[in-house]
Amino acid sequence: MAFFFSSPFDALVEFQRSLDAFRDSSWLEDSFSGGGAFPPLNVFSKDDDIVIVTEAPGVRKADLRVEVKDNTVRIAGKKEPEYGGSDRVSLHRRERPFGSFDRTVSLPVEVDPDRVKAELHDGILALYLPRAERSKPKTINIA
Amino acid sequence: MTQSQSLEVREKKEVEKSKGEKTAPARYFVPLTDIFESDDAITVVMEMPGVEKKALEINVENDIVRVEGHIDFSKYEGLNPLYSEYNVGHFARAFSLSSKIDAQRINATLEEGVLTLKLNKVEQHRPRRIPIG
Repeated sequence: MAFFFSSPFDALVEFQRSLDAFRDSSWLEDSFSGGGAFPPLNVFSKDDDIVIVTEAPGVRKADLRVEVKDNTVRIAGKKEPEYGGSDRVSLHRRERPFGSFDRTVSLPVEVDPDRVKAELHDGILALYLPRAERSKPKTINIA
Repeated sequence: MTQSQSLEVREKKEVEKSKGEKTAPARYFVPLTDIFESDDAITVVMEMPGVEKKALEINVENDIVRVEGHIDFSKYEGLNPLYSEYNVGHFARAFSLSSKIDAQRINATLEEGVLTLKLNKVEQHRPRRIPIG
């Protein structure tokens, strides 16, 4: 699906609308273990490859673990609060979620675990999952 | 007192339009915020994943601190959505400062998508130990 935008403002709204349209689509065969659906995932396709983007603000790289096997992806880790180092702190408002998370999802396509790249920037974790060679669609020539 | 809890995903809340509509049509969301108070400051911690330092604006006016963080949507170019669990947008939130806060001494740091605003208290509002003569 290609998006053509007439102005830069439209681009943002169209992108947000398209995300709404794919909200909980049945594309992902979800199978989570360890309780809960954190972190929330957005899955995109880039040509044949899959890109998973998730928001994990405040999670340190050392506290995050990503595993890929065949067509399953596992994202696990923990998020810990930091209340400044002083002894006497009184909490007025607590909206941020904290705790451990462990989420496994099954993709309906096979990816190549050796070529998977993961990046963590500004609290956004992006996983680039290239399609496994043997599962790529083969173009058939029509004689 | 602490119990191990599984993290829950909450839907992002959109900024209420009654507080003044934006001129650009993209959606703004309310960043999740923790507020805690220590002896010398009130610290406000806001989650704004995807916001870079250069896209963050913090303004203080009339005892109101306004935070606005913008997302770089160009990173999503060429990506076609297949499945979505959360929406992506800019962040905005404002808090009013009590007279305890020294508006001239506010520190801000942005790390891993988390903004920490340290609102230092005015000297005379810090707890003081009274010596007994």
